[in-house]
Amino acid sequence: MSRLEDRLNGLKASGKRALVTFITAGDPNPSCTVSAMHALVAGGADVIELGVPFSDPEAEGPAIQASSERALAHGVTLLQVLKHVEEFRKDDATTPIVLMGYLNSVLRMGEAIYAEAALKAGVDGLIMVNLPPEEAGLLQSELLARDQNLIFLIAPTTTSERTQKILDTASGFVYYVSLKGTTGAALIDPAGVKLKVTALKARTALPVLVGFGIKDRESAQAIGESADGVVVGSALVRTMGDSAVDEIDAKLTAQVAQLRDALDALS
Amino acid sequence: MTNQEVDTNKDKASPTDNSDLSAAYSAPDAAGKYGQFGGRYVAETLIHALDQLDDLYREATTDPQFQREFHDDLASYVGRPTPLYLAERLSEAVGGTRIYLKREDLNHTGAHKVNNTIGQALLAKRMGKPRIIAETGAGQHGVATATVAARLGLKCQVYMGSEDVQRQSLNVYRMKLLGADVIPVQSGSRTLKDAMNEAMRDWVTNVDDTHYIIGTVAGPHPYPQLVRDFQSVIGQEARAQCLQLTGRLPDTLVACVGGGSNAIGLFHPFIDDTDVRIVGVEAGGKGLETGEHAAPLNAGVPGVLHGNRTYLMEDEDGQIAETHSISAGLDYPGVGPEHSHLKDLGRVEYSSVTDDEALTAFNALNHLEGILPALESAHALAWVMRECPAMDKDDVVIVNLSGRGDKDILTVAKLAGIEL
Repeated sequence: MSRLEDRLNGLKASGKRALVTFITAGDPNPSCTVSAMHALVAGGADVIELGVPFSDPEAEGPAIQASSERALAHGVTLLQVLKHVEEFRKDDATTPIVLMGYLNSVLRMGEAIYAEAALKAGVDGLIMVNLPPEEAGLLQSELLARDQNLIFLIAPTTTSERTQKILDTASGFVYYVSLKGTTGAALIDPAGVKLKVTALKARTALPVLVGFGIKDRESAQAIGESADGVVVGSALVRTMGDSAVDEIDAKLTAQVAQLRDALDALS
Repeated sequence: MTNQEVDTNKDKASPTDNSDLSAAYSAPDAAGKYGQFGGRYVAETLIHALDQLDDLYREATTDPQFQREFHDDLASYVGRPTPLYLAERLSEAVGGTRIYLKREDLNHTGAHKVNNTIGQALLAKRMGKPRIIAETGAGQHGVATATVAARLGLKCQVYMGSEDVQRQSLNVYRMKLLGADVIPVQSGSRTLKDAMNEAMRDWVTNVDDTHYIIGTVAGPHPYPQLVRDFQSVIGQEARAQCLQLTGRLPDTLVACVGGGSNAIGLFHPFIDDTDVRIVGVEAGGKGLETGEHAAPLNAGVPGVLHGNRTYLMEDEDGQIAETHSISAGLDYPGVGPEHSHLKDLGRVEYSSVTDDEALTAFNALNHLEGILPALESAHALAWVMRECPAMDKDDVVIVNLSGRGDKDILTVAKLAGIEL
């Protein structure tokens, strides 16, 4: 069982909601990343989702696009992202880390080489925005062979039949995309999400986490009512982009603590 | 598909082994794969819309009424068939090889792009989607999309890199005259690839009421297939016209390749005619050796961008490279997956010409034939001017003159230091 599954299953068993927090590696510059990761944990994050910057992030809204551009301006590479994880692991051996990015970064390195390097660095999972399960066979088997999960997404437009196909191959957790749109869009239908999530939970033993559009206490609670956890990204990335470099860690910790508090109030 | 299988295919395409080529060419497979290329690499939210489009398109291809509507529109609205014109003075200038121009520049809106937008607009109408979006580079696809949207009364938004908005101002205003909103894209390199990213973001947000008319043979399956099929009217006509005019098939076909829709449209009906040499010409920019070009088939590696696996220009970390071409329509770091497949099969040769060679050809066609070609099409003409002098005088060469060059007059004047 991967470190990611351990953590999420433990939370689920104790009735707690998982808080997954996203930042982009190398944003606003590479020297901020490792301390920002620790700051997320200090605020109460259960899982860190670390974005691998890509030149063409076609599913991201403006906040995460801008964070990718800031990171790429410093020439951040996938290898460097793995180095950040390795560095983080020196002081934190328990918080699961999931990388998020676009397939071309991993393809360029090679699926097996990536899986091996990620294992050595201490990565626990991978989300590939533009890799549907149909095309994911090779990468998934390389990752699973090395105790890492390839996380699949389910969208509001995913048909029931297709949902079953995805659930049959999913591991780690199920990432439900709360809305039709890009990251950071406004969540307009929490009640609709609740129905979908409840139906999904009835069909799988995996934790069902929800992302896109969750930015504050209210949205975290609205979604946390039904979901096993939430993913918060654009709101934190915005904080990183808007803050002076020496204030980033304190602001992230405070922001994550609020979200933690909101979710803990549900359990 | 494994590397080994690709190699087997390569062997099949070897000119010394014609027996294996007798098997008819049939790509893509049901999953939209062209050998190892193509496929569907998109966010989960879009999969259902692509499935629906695929189903609808399959229905339409076998529906005589759809086919009749498509061909009626091409005849009465676009002005097809376009002529296959023997360019006598150009032929003379290159040493006597007979050069025929397939005059896609004479289509309504001035380029081949409209063949595809007519077809996709009919699909949008069938789906009952009231809103259309498109990406555009040079603006030709944007104009062709705005045109069919106006005709069918559909709302239309066109994404265009802010860099391209600057250098193609005439087409921008033309789209506005047609009632479309042109949305300048400020992210990334501010060119065609970024316009495509932004169009994908719009589509993922508005997928219920919006059809995305992709303008080239790229994107996720089924786009490369359906755009190719709509554009194949070019090659179907050229084949029949060539037989009628010369009594035989051409020796060589030439077309420029950016995304590659005009090229695949000309090439596809000839793929099983193994005696016909087929050449795609990429934008060599300032020269392949400078790195400032847009020639992924000549200098790229396989990767995944914009929903498909294909040859791409990228750096060692898989970041998509910025490209350069004098022609906005060729300024794209990827290429349609079927071209990648045809390259690996060895069925099509992919060459390149520089900005300067294209400009020389642009001027030559004006002077020799009284035809103003698009800078994109001038790349195919430049290859002809470079390579035909070594060819047999009896050879017949068909060049796809994919568009007219009115949109490029300002660019060309500026390069000559002339303020209009």
